[in-house]
Amino acid sequence: MLFADRLERRFGAARALRGVSLSVHAGECHLILGPNGAGKSTLLRLLAGLARPTAGSVTRPGGRRSIGLLSHQSQLYGDLTAVENLTFTARLYGVSDPGGQARARLAAVGLAERADEPVRGLSRGMVQRVAIARALLHGPNVLLLDEPFTGLDPQSSELTLGLLAAEQAAGQALVLVTHDAQEAWELATHAHLLVRGSWAFGGPREASLDGFLRRCREALHG
Amino acid sequence: MGEFFRVALAVAAKDLRVEHRSKTALVSAIAFAALVLVIFNFARDAAAVSREALAPSVLWITFSFSGVIALNRSFALERENAALDGLLLAPVSRSALFLGKYLANLAFVFTVEAVALPLFVLFFGVDLTGSLGGIVLTAVLATTGFVAVGTVFAAMTVRTRFAELMLPLLVLPFLLPPVIGAVQVTARLLAGRPLSEIAGWLRILGFYDLVFVTLCLLLFPPLMDE
Amino acid sequence: MTETPAGRRATRRGLGIVALGLLGLAGVYVLALRYTPMERFQGLPQKIFYVHVPAAWSAMLAFSLVGIASALYLWLRDPRLDLFAESAAEVGLIFSMVMLTTGPLWGRPVWNTWWTWDARLTFTLILFFLFLGYRALRGALQDPGERARFSAVVGILGLVLVPFVHLTVYLFRTLHPQPIVLKPSSPSLPGEMLRTLLVSVGVYTVLLLGFVMTRYGLGAQARLEGGEDAR
Repeated sequence: MLFADRLERRFGAARALRGVSLSVHAGECHLILGPNGAGKSTLLRLLAGLARPTAGSVTRPGGRRSIGLLSHQSQLYGDLTAVENLTFTARLYGVSDPGGQARARLAAVGLAERADEPVRGLSRGMVQRVAIARALLHGPNVLLLDEPFTGLDPQSSELTLGLLAAEQAAGQALVLVTHDAQEAWELATHAHLLVRGSWAFGGPREASLDGFLRRCREALHG
Repeated sequence: MGEFFRVALAVAAKDLRVEHRSKTALVSAIAFAALVLVIFNFARDAAAVSREALAPSVLWITFSFSGVIALNRSFALERENAALDGLLLAPVSRSALFLGKYLANLAFVFTVEAVALPLFVLFFGVDLTGSLGGIVLTAVLATTGFVAVGTVFAAMTVRTRFAELMLPLLVLPFLLPPVIGAVQVTARLLAGRPLSEIAGWLRILGFYDLVFVTLCLLLFPPLMDE
Repeated sequence: MTETPAGRRATRRGLGIVALGLLGLAGVYVLALRYTPMERFQGLPQKIFYVHVPAAWSAMLAFSLVGIASALYLWLRDPRLDLFAESAAEVGLIFSMVMLTTGPLWGRPVWNTWWTWDARLTFTLILFFLFLGYRALRGALQDPGERARFSAVVGILGLVLVPFVHLTVYLFRTLHPQPIVLKPSSPSLPGEMLRTLLVSVGVYTVLLLGFVMTRYGLGAQARLEGGEDAR
């Protein structure tokens, strides 16, 4: 679904990423953790195709349209309604029946009644749901998420978790960058720690969250 | 090819829809143009300089400055929620994205000019019979060029702290050729000179447009390519 | 404080070339003042011509270097090309500032005016603003990759603009003739004047390249230190 091979990202002497590889397959959920400045957001941008690696490569068997991105900013136009936002995205991706698909996706995240309101007036949790609907609209098979639970109230977090779990069950692959391993632990099939631009460790998720956190602490302070 | 224009039109339509929703920017830009015209009426020694003598310069300074002011918003709206990422993520040509932005900006600036022109006629007592067609043609030719360059620069300056200052600083040198040409043409048109005399200037304007619109279309993808 | 060997070398070589250029400049002054005939109508002040024309030429050369390095950077994405463009732009900015301030200083005693829209002065003024805009944009952007890409586009667009400005300003001037200043009145330059001019152009080019190289070397060192601090 998505393969990154020895990615490097630098400008001149300053290096943000070095030797980062990742293989993502259907139904997997990869958690990426790391301290601030480790390069997590840079990695996500490279995986999404928003930035070019200085060395190494990213392979997307399904092309750029197989990727969806949910970043901590909504990528929506505040003055437009949810439907208008999604219809525009549908048009951009060449989805047939853009308006109909837009409404359908919004209904799927439970926002059918608020679909015709300007996004600016929606709560953070609702905006998140619109953003998820938007990210999934064109039918990607890999969803990249940059700290999707940050700033959400517990209810919205629950809802988001539910949506993501459903997607994963349907075969969607997820790559989730987060500060908090606990929030998405139940979804995760793999967990990785990124420190100063390269992997400290990573692989299939171990059974115990505490064990994982202990390994993280050791890697950061060792 | 069809997809290229489909994407461009979708982006342009989206921009215009956003603009239509609040209308603040358009009204402000038109008000700005009107105010500039008013100031020009008083910013002269009425005994020494007639309104007619200044008319071509006034028209073109008003058009170009209002145009430049209007360009910032086109990427400011993309910045708000990182919407630009959404555009760049899509499997579409970045040149098509640029074309959409450019077309929306053109529509915006043409609208401002379309309102400013009658105001100009009103305030400066200029007689446009016989020259209206020529002036509109000149406006289209001159505006087409600098809006293209301005759109590219707006994409850049929106990332800086002093975008409102940076954008004019960068764009104004690019206004020199179109403004010089447009003023020459306008002055001759108002004086009733035949079109053949100004054909040379119009050709220069056209050539400027061709070169810079093409260059901007080609440079936008590497500009966005992180 | 570590220094990259390449950076240090460039700085050293650059300074060497600058020293050579400065010697050459002294030579040009001697050449112009002692060994070149006096111009019939304008007299001594005309000799500024041998400094003014090459200065304008150097500013244009610097800008061309910026434009070409910018185009190459967008294609190859080598940060060294970006550094080169940055260096050429800074040197070009200084050259054009010097030219624009010395011109009026010389012109005032002779023509009783601080500024004329003389072709060379006008042209250098536009270049000055393009250099300034380029520099201002760079200063306003933090991310090095963004700074490099964005200023590269400005560099390329600016270079393409130059012939258009040249053409329209020239046409404007033929409609509103302005006094032709500083140029010898004869249609073609007599041999000795041409010789002095060419020597001067050569010296200025050497100076330009020396300064650009020095600036490049200093910039390379600064970047390395900056890069390490950022980590």
